[in-house]
Amino acid sequence: MHDLAALTPLGATAPKVDRIGAMTISEVTDRALASVSCRAGKSTPFQSAAKKLFGTGLPTPGHWADGATYGLIWTGPEQWFVEAPFGTHEDIARIVKEPLGDTASVTEQTDGWVRFDLAGKTAVDMLERLCPVPARRMKKGDATRSIIEHMGCFVICREPDHFSLIAPRSFAGSLRHALCAAARSVA
Amino acid sequence: MSQTNRIDGGLIDRARTLSFRFDGKTFQGHPGDTLASALLANGVRLMGRSFKYHRPRGPISAGSEEPNAIVELRSGARQEPNTRATTAELFEGLDARSQNRVGSLSFDLLAVNDLLSPFFAAGFYYKTFMWPKAFWEKLYEPMIRRAAGLGSLTGEPDPDVYDKGFVHCDLLIIGAGPAGLAAALTAGRAGADVILADEDFVLGGRLNAETFALGDDAGADWARAAVAELAAMPTVRLMPRTTVIGAFDHGIYGALERVSDHLPQPAQGKPRQTLWRIYAKRSLLCAGATERPIAFENNDRPGIMLASALRSYANRWAAVPGREVAIFTNNDDGHRTAADLLAKGIKVAAVIDNRKSDAPGTNRYEVLAGAQVIGSSGRLGLSSISVRLQGGETRTIACQALGVSGGWNPNVHLTCHQRGRPVWNEALAAFLPGGALPPGMTVAGAANGAMSTAGALASGAAEAVAALADLGFKARPADLPEAEDAPVRISPLFHVAGKGRAWLDQQNDVTVKDVKLAHQEGYRSVEHLKRYTTLGMATDQGKTANIGGLAVMAEMTGKSIPETGTTIFRPPYTPVAIGAFAGRSAGKDFRPVRQTPSHKWAAEQGAVFVEVGMWLRAQWFPRPGETHWRQSVDREVLATRKSVGICDVTTLGKVDVQGTDAAEFLNRIYANPFAKLAVGKVRYGLMLREDGMAMDDGTTARLAEDHFVLTTTTANAVGVYRHMEFCRQCLWPEMDVQVISTTEAWAQFSVAGPNARRLLQKIVDPAFDISNEAFPYMGCGEITVCGGLRARLFRISFSGELAYEIAVPTRYGDALVRRMVEVGREFDAIVYGTEALGVMRIEKGHAAGNELNGTTSALNLGMGGMVSKKKDAIGSTLSEREGMNRDDALTLVGFRPVNPAETFAAGSHFIAMGPEANAKNDQGYMTSVCFSPNLGHTIGLGFLKNGAARKGEVLRAVNPVQNVETLVEVVSAHFIDPEGDRLRA
Repeated sequence: MHDLAALTPLGATAPKVDRIGAMTISEVTDRALASVSCRAGKSTPFQSAAKKLFGTGLPTPGHWADGATYGLIWTGPEQWFVEAPFGTHEDIARIVKEPLGDTASVTEQTDGWVRFDLAGKTAVDMLERLCPVPARRMKKGDATRSIIEHMGCFVICREPDHFSLIAPRSFAGSLRHALCAAARSVA
Repeated sequence: MSQTNRIDGGLIDRARTLSFRFDGKTFQGHPGDTLASALLANGVRLMGRSFKYHRPRGPISAGSEEPNAIVELRSGARQEPNTRATTAELFEGLDARSQNRVGSLSFDLLAVNDLLSPFFAAGFYYKTFMWPKAFWEKLYEPMIRRAAGLGSLTGEPDPDVYDKGFVHCDLLIIGAGPAGLAAALTAGRAGADVILADEDFVLGGRLNAETFALGDDAGADWARAAVAELAAMPTVRLMPRTTVIGAFDHGIYGALERVSDHLPQPAQGKPRQTLWRIYAKRSLLCAGATERPIAFENNDRPGIMLASALRSYANRWAAVPGREVAIFTNNDDGHRTAADLLAKGIKVAAVIDNRKSDAPGTNRYEVLAGAQVIGSSGRLGLSSISVRLQGGETRTIACQALGVSGGWNPNVHLTCHQRGRPVWNEALAAFLPGGALPPGMTVAGAANGAMSTAGALASGAAEAVAALADLGFKARPADLPEAEDAPVRISPLFHVAGKGRAWLDQQNDVTVKDVKLAHQEGYRSVEHLKRYTTLGMATDQGKTANIGGLAVMAEMTGKSIPETGTTIFRPPYTPVAIGAFAGRSAGKDFRPVRQTPSHKWAAEQGAVFVEVGMWLRAQWFPRPGETHWRQSVDREVLATRKSVGICDVTTLGKVDVQGTDAAEFLNRIYANPFAKLAVGKVRYGLMLREDGMAMDDGTTARLAEDHFVLTTTTANAVGVYRHMEFCRQCLWPEMDVQVISTTEAWAQFSVAGPNARRLLQKIVDPAFDISNEAFPYMGCGEITVCGGLRARLFRISFSGELAYEIAVPTRYGDALVRRMVEVGREFDAIVYGTEALGVMRIEKGHAAGNELNGTTSALNLGMGGMVSKKKDAIGSTLSEREGMNRDDALTLVGFRPVNPAETFAAGSHFIAMGPEANAKNDQGYMTSVCFSPNLGHTIGLGFLKNGAARKGEVLRAVNPVQNVETLVEVVSAHFIDPEGDRLRA
């Protein structure tokens, strides 16, 4: 076991939580992430291997889906992000690649991103001040790519009052600033 | 002063009294008042001075079309110029000042301009301030700006924040008058997503300003009930205080919500305004109509206003400009005002109706049929009018207010935002929406010519049904109350003939004469007319002026109004503060910043940061006693070359490339060959654009047969990734290759210097042999560090030293740099910033962004030989163009000053000894310059014609910007270790 201490994307030892008005904005650091892309001509074996591994079918464009351990987010043509608990799946790329074999290309993405969860009854009002997605119409299972203050983001609807935003990790401080500003606007 | 001109009734909350100030004097008003209504109630008619002639002016309207009552609101950093008193909502403590005056409002020294008016006619400035030319900028313009400005800015930063917002709907209804409310009820009851936006703070439009009933209710009560029903509908969003400012592409509308302008200042954390982007599947424009004036001599005196405004002030705000009023009209609507004012106990001195036989008769007030108002008196406000009766005799009528009704112009503005041209309607004597409307837009109510209340209600409901039917909703028109349905009866009259000045555009002081003068001087097109006379410019954009100007021009040319044309309306519909367009992108939040994995550590060290794109990178790390940046940078360079230095290089783009065709894919995007790169090896690659110019460079490591990691320069990380996706998805979709960015997933550090290996051996787990034999130059591998953390190691060098780049998952980057500093202490390891990085790469002769500047080819960079002729790659064909392979092509070489004490600047151009320093004699240019602490003098890289063959030659490095010349000697670009022994050590 190595002896290097991890920092969160916001540069602290523990994830930050901001409570503003009705909103709770939480930095989420306990999920491992990997990108999974189907290799050319391997769609059929990939789909069955993926279903078996992830316990859920591959979500279609604009969606995400949950299996028992893994969550899947559609991120592009023939490409998905896989989420899993960090504690058990820190080396997620290796764990996922083995069963998928040569049907997919897998790349570790865990530390490429920062995730903030927005929970509260004004979550949609907040998102309306951040990005052009039709947040009010989104329902559980919807996921899309958007832009927040020049930062590319995934917007994932966990519940109509609970969204996850996943953005490049280096933007963590700026994104949190934008989220808190929007939360104060609607508080 | 008490509210002497406050009458009974109105939609104001008399239970509360608000104090406010105008020009330093304190007044009282009530919630529900605008600044203009409260001032009128207090007997104040004079609210400003005109733009050019400084003539006394009062409000002519009760809405956003107001040209005259323009004030500065608030003070200090929140001071806002050019605000319409007619839309400014009253609040406790509001502080307003009149503008465009020198001295007091009632004694404006620049009113002398009015006496000099014969000199200030249209085109005056163009004709007068021609000579001498140099005077324009220094004397004339500042003078004119001072004399003819609008309000003033404080120059202080705006303390407020502005939000941007994004909303989606099925139907956007613009305007909440009778048509808009009927449409919203219809659409809301059908379950559609509806946005109902209105610029007013009370929804209802003219229903709040009229006295007629809707069914059994007063108009305002019906509106209030409708709004209450809409507010309770989950799919309906009501947006009062929100002006839809523009109709843009693809059903996108801009809307400005004045979130906090009705408050003394925004609540903590709240925006002052929000600029909404509304994505609407359909839109219904219910913007109503604006009454227009009739021009006559001295028709701009405070107290003279639109008849409908007089009615609005009396009915909605219980305020009148005077107790004795007259009406001048060419249509039946003017009589409504007379009747309403009479009912409020105001004396109606006369209704002057231009129509002879069509003027309705009544015994309640005197109607002067076939008469016209030909002048007015009163120094700072109206005291009487002169009327030319039908028989030709003149009569003077005492009054403090005159309501003028010249008919109504439908508010077609938003229908024109995508070049739709309105169409003239003879019956209404007005333009109606026409031509191609913005896709998805329909128009209802007065904006579409349905001028009666019943007509507006019915058309709003019907158009909502039609718009929703397009979207698959089966809506039923809302049940509508009975309402007045009077026809429009009008006899067009735009100005009264006469010799004096009759004002068409009160905001820009444009008179009928000015339009005639413009015509006389050949400006016949309305667009020319506008620019020559300034008719229709500034904050009101001619909402009350344009048609009048057009009518006069039509009269002059002998054409009809539609033949004369109409100016096109552009966004925004009403003025928008620049802050609202900026949103949160202001000050230090102008753009987000990206922080490196070692940012926290670097900040603790007192690093000086530099912006590289959005990244903040440590530029150097000052130590105690170092007072100049060069001291820090020189120390970092020398320490690295002497022992070992560490640098955060995470910002370089990293792209994971996988797939069975990954090697072939790289072979096509790089000019040099990649197919045979062995697993466990790294290769430098040069990427060309299709035109053969260098695009980017970097190293690519082969981690497995079907797995590569490619790096890009920091600046081009996004562009190169995008290019790769384009190649993969569009050029060669048949290839089995997948790419994804992993730039941020890995914290990557360069460890460079003779002791780099020894330092790394202290953290790389013993299972991995990184000796020179086992892990030679340009080797790579997946390893573990610090007891089992997965990591990647690349033996590559930008500095020219024995060097590695080590990568760990980003969350451990901070711990890794701390650990390396700790274990490096015995080697005097230092951490260096981007400046030292730059010095070392120049010393080594490595090209960077200054050299890969978009105008250089592989040949220019001295890498012509790398462009493989054995394969096809992007850019290889066009790099063979003759012009790019000239013998005297620019090539990258090094430069040093002949006198080592001298220095030179990047950007200098090379000129041979002797000839004049000009473009013709130009031999090339210097791209990168630094002081080399290892050599003890300045060194440079640059492009020189046929440079490779000119080593030893002495040239002049000419810097015409700073007027400096230095003699330089052409040398090899590799100042340090040209054989590369250090890299391979």
